[in-house]
Amino acid sequence: MRKASRLSRFNVASLALGLAFLYLPILILVIYSFNASRLVTVWGGWSLRWYHEFFNDRAMIEAAWMSLRVAVSSATIATLLGTLAAVALSRGERFRGRTLFSGMLYAPLVMPEVITGLSLLLLFVALNAERGFWTVTIAHTTLTMCFVAVVVQSRLGSLDRSLEEAAMDLGCDPVRAFVSVTLPLIAPAIVAGWMLAFTLSLDDLVIASFTTGPGSATLPIRIYSEVRLGVKPEINAICTLVIALIAVVIVIASLASKLSSSQGESAAPL
Amino acid sequence: MSARRIFARPARFAAIAPYVWMVLFFLVPFAFVLKISLSQTAIAQPPYEPVFDPMAGWDALKAALAALSFDNFRLLASDDIYMFAYLRSLTVAVTATALLLLIGYPIAYGMARLPKRWQAVAMVLVIVPFWTSFLIRIYAWINILQHDGLLNQILLALHLVSQPVVWLSTDSAMYIGIVYSYLPFMILPLYATLAKMEPALEEAAADLGAPPWQVFWLVTFPLSLPGVGAGALLCFIPIVGEFVIPDLLAGSNSLMIGQTLWLEFFTNKDWPVASAAAVVLLAVLLVPLLLYERLQKRQLEQGR
Repeated sequence: MRKASRLSRFNVASLALGLAFLYLPILILVIYSFNASRLVTVWGGWSLRWYHEFFNDRAMIEAAWMSLRVAVSSATIATLLGTLAAVALSRGERFRGRTLFSGMLYAPLVMPEVITGLSLLLLFVALNAERGFWTVTIAHTTLTMCFVAVVVQSRLGSLDRSLEEAAMDLGCDPVRAFVSVTLPLIAPAIVAGWMLAFTLSLDDLVIASFTTGPGSATLPIRIYSEVRLGVKPEINAICTLVIALIAVVIVIASLASKLSSSQGESAAPL
Repeated sequence: MSARRIFARPARFAAIAPYVWMVLFFLVPFAFVLKISLSQTAIAQPPYEPVFDPMAGWDALKAALAALSFDNFRLLASDDIYMFAYLRSLTVAVTATALLLLIGYPIAYGMARLPKRWQAVAMVLVIVPFWTSFLIRIYAWINILQHDGLLNQILLALHLVSQPVVWLSTDSAMYIGIVYSYLPFMILPLYATLAKMEPALEEAAADLGAPPWQVFWLVTFPLSLPGVGAGALLCFIPIVGEFVIPDLLAGSNSLMIGQTLWLEFFTNKDWPVASAAAVVLLAVLLVPLLLYERLQKRQLEQGR
């Protein structure tokens, strides 16, 4: 077979080194979260001490709760809006203001977060909005709906459109054709989009720092202020819990896309 | 009328809600940044002199226009700190993008040459770190790079150094952090173009007697340029405005523009200057942003 011989030793080495580079630091962080010693660098045997410490840290728990609420609400709104945007862009043909629309949707994907955060804060201040849960949720929705739109749009683009057209030839109106044919086919991408939005929101430090108010810090904001003071084993434990949560989310997302995408292509480009 | 056109009409209505949302929370806020960048700093809450009161009518508008001041931009242009910050941001972004390309290319190339089954697995493995928190990944490196961290322990044990090396608060630490965080963004577009490439082209070149490096340089690399461009833009643009990585890993003697903006805003509470810095940052990034948007549009709207 030609395929096997195409892989040179150099290819294998760069793959192995690359993956090791991506995974070892996280693995080390997780292992040290179970370290009994207070010194992060000295191994003192296995222990759950730092997890215990975290669960007794009221401020941390409150921040984690705030982050979870923001992540769930913003991911849900973002999935709704992002899916609508993707449908309009990939099925709407030409419409007035389309270029501006797609521009506004793609720009936040790479826009430095300091700019997005600062501009939203200035808006909230001008509107005299009370900063806290809702302002952070709106800010995260704005960022993450763009990611959802891209994920869903790429799925819609790879879909066989004759299926929708067949449904309409058989007498479905467009809305019915969309709901009963298109929607089930793009469902895995929508699920993947929600998961991506959820993890992005859970992860965000910069935009949340700008848009939150006093007394309602998110988990990354708390972690950040602790990390600036140095390495603490409790932080390793929190980080490990977040990684575990995200791992569960990824497993669900990939199961969802496997269950309903029999067309071979993976749903999420990101 | 074709089914496709009939379908398009209600699909357009789907744009309304996200359109309104993006105008309100993405476009309009920029107008505020622009406006406040032209205001005077004030010791108040919020800490700027409002330039324009929409309720006061036409005369107020004229007065407001007269009061607009470019002082903040003049300050940015005259104070070396800001010039250095912009220059440093660009230097860091160019260097880091080059490093990412150098490190990411062999990995993407290796992925594209795997058997099909394994390509999907490798892609998931590259994507997963992107899903895990940015901050956590930087924190993981602080663990490794600190004074008595794992890297120094290994170096000492191997007798490669006689004393612990200072890694934290250096540019090397920052570059490690940037490369680590942005590597998936570089690998994925590269892999996408390399995987689509026809293997027969490389084989033909080899059959005609080209040595491997020539095959790569004359056939593979030129054909992968769209991926190189996409990966480079996807990394370069956010790195220019990066805040967290330089803040946690680099030293504090030379700041990037994202850090100066943050400092002006949170520490000095000088909102107008921070806004002016954001406007300049946006202006610097305008060309790469437009390039990126065209690329993204082409990729998503003309099928993959």
